[in-house]
Amino acid sequence: MDILAQVLNGLGIGSIYALVALGYSMVYGIVQLINFAHGDIIMVGAYVTYVGLVMAGVPLWAAVLISILFCGIAGVLIEKLAYSRLLKKGAPRISLLITAIGVSIFLQNLSQLLFSSSAKSMPAMFPNGMLELGALQVSSNTLLNIGTSIVMMIALQLLVNKTKIGKAMRATSEDAGAAKLMGISTSSTIAFTFGVGSALAAVGAVLYCNTFHQITPYMGGMLGLKAFVAAVLGGIGSIPGAMLGGYILGVAESLTTAAGGSQITDAIVFGILILVLLVKPAGLFGKNTREKV
Amino acid sequence: MAVLETKNLGIAFGGLRALEDVQISIGEREIVGLIGPNGAGKTTMFNLLTDVYVPTEGSIELEGKSIVGKKTYQITQNGISRTFQNIRLFKDVSVIDNVKIAMNFQMKYSVLSGIFRTPAYRREEKEVEARALDLLKVFHLDSKADDMAKNLPYGQQRKLEIARALATNPKVLLLDEPAAGMNPTETRELMETIQLIRDRFEISILLIEHDMSFVMGICEHIFVLDYGKIIAEGSAEEIRNNPKVIAAYLGGE
Repeated sequence: MDILAQVLNGLGIGSIYALVALGYSMVYGIVQLINFAHGDIIMVGAYVTYVGLVMAGVPLWAAVLISILFCGIAGVLIEKLAYSRLLKKGAPRISLLITAIGVSIFLQNLSQLLFSSSAKSMPAMFPNGMLELGALQVSSNTLLNIGTSIVMMIALQLLVNKTKIGKAMRATSEDAGAAKLMGISTSSTIAFTFGVGSALAAVGAVLYCNTFHQITPYMGGMLGLKAFVAAVLGGIGSIPGAMLGGYILGVAESLTTAAGGSQITDAIVFGILILVLLVKPAGLFGKNTREKV
Repeated sequence: MAVLETKNLGIAFGGLRALEDVQISIGEREIVGLIGPNGAGKTTMFNLLTDVYVPTEGSIELEGKSIVGKKTYQITQNGISRTFQNIRLFKDVSVIDNVKIAMNFQMKYSVLSGIFRTPAYRREEKEVEARALDLLKVFHLDSKADDMAKNLPYGQQRKLEIARALATNPKVLLLDEPAAGMNPTETRELMETIQLIRDRFEISILLIEHDMSFVMGICEHIFVLDYGKIIAEGSAEEIRNNPKVIAAYLGGE
């Protein structure tokens, strides 16, 4: 029973990784860019929530909504200002990657300038209590995290598979040139994808704040890296893959900690990545792209 | 009146003038052929007409309005649609979704009504689904609507590309070697299909093709390109007997 409780805890943390991993995966799927600034969007989301909730004192629902909208718009703006010209001119991947790192450093320093580099503490946001499920004790926050991530994944799957913007996204990701010739504005489709990915990161940020109660300008670094690992583990570009990757990571962490290995959790996490990639180089749900000769 | 017309159209890549002083004109509901030896500039011409390349000189007019300098997706929305020499379907997308993607810009519901699945969203998606199925029926592809595009046999992939291009509601359809790789039976079928499309959708068609019996059999007017210039134009009969054309294809002194 103890192990089961740890697994549930792990799923709770993993849900946060999963939400962030979705953003990595979506952006990679459409422009083959590893958006290293994505982790810092979580930080932006967390600080916007902090400003709303603590500094301005708006109600919780408003703070969450503002944070999601703000990040969504920030995602679109970052794409328009930093990446879209490079994409239009067909710049090599490495230029995009370096730009992404630049955006990441910019965001970290901007938030240091605005909020100083010391950690801010977040109040508890949602009421937390222990629920008894049979012999099992689970915190309501854990269930909130898991529930939110599942709802988000389903919504995203419906968006991608059942709506016109989803069709435009799939068309752009498969063949941007052909998509344009079918009347699709690929540049606005790409911007939209960045927006959705960033809005999901904001949801992750809210859950993060509610779970860890502390935010710093650098929080996006490790969190982003782990979410990236989750996305690669699941098969980058795949939505269910990103979710599964996040859950696996969370559970692995929580089980390692429970077994008394809290100092080596990160080693375990990255070890799992290496092992999976050795066996399935494209990740769990990834497609093997074989070049035809 | 010409639906699509170019004047003095040309493009240079650095010092290489790929097309020079090209004048073509396509009438309403006309099937027009563009032929020429390899490397003559036929596909470049298509890329200019769809603004994939921007011409260095000259004009392109669709129904009397200039379309030079517009974005590619706007050209499509204005009524020029095309297929590709090498099939460029969305391979990992279902057959029907390939067609629906091309209808995307004609749908009006907002992203929000897509997320909340409002009645407007349901109605429009249903309409598009029905239209897409109708279009697939024309090409006898309706029974394969839910297959992945990449799993269709070659001939059907070519047909699906034409169906997808038609889904954008074009005024002019550009076909880049539609009969490439087809056997004689498939080619004959394709000729009938193209005529059927013209009559049923009331559009003009410009096609590039190397299969001369195909071109001569179906095109009402033919332009011949060689080294980036139009060297002849006219009916099939006129082209067949034109000494310049014969020289371009067979070599002459």
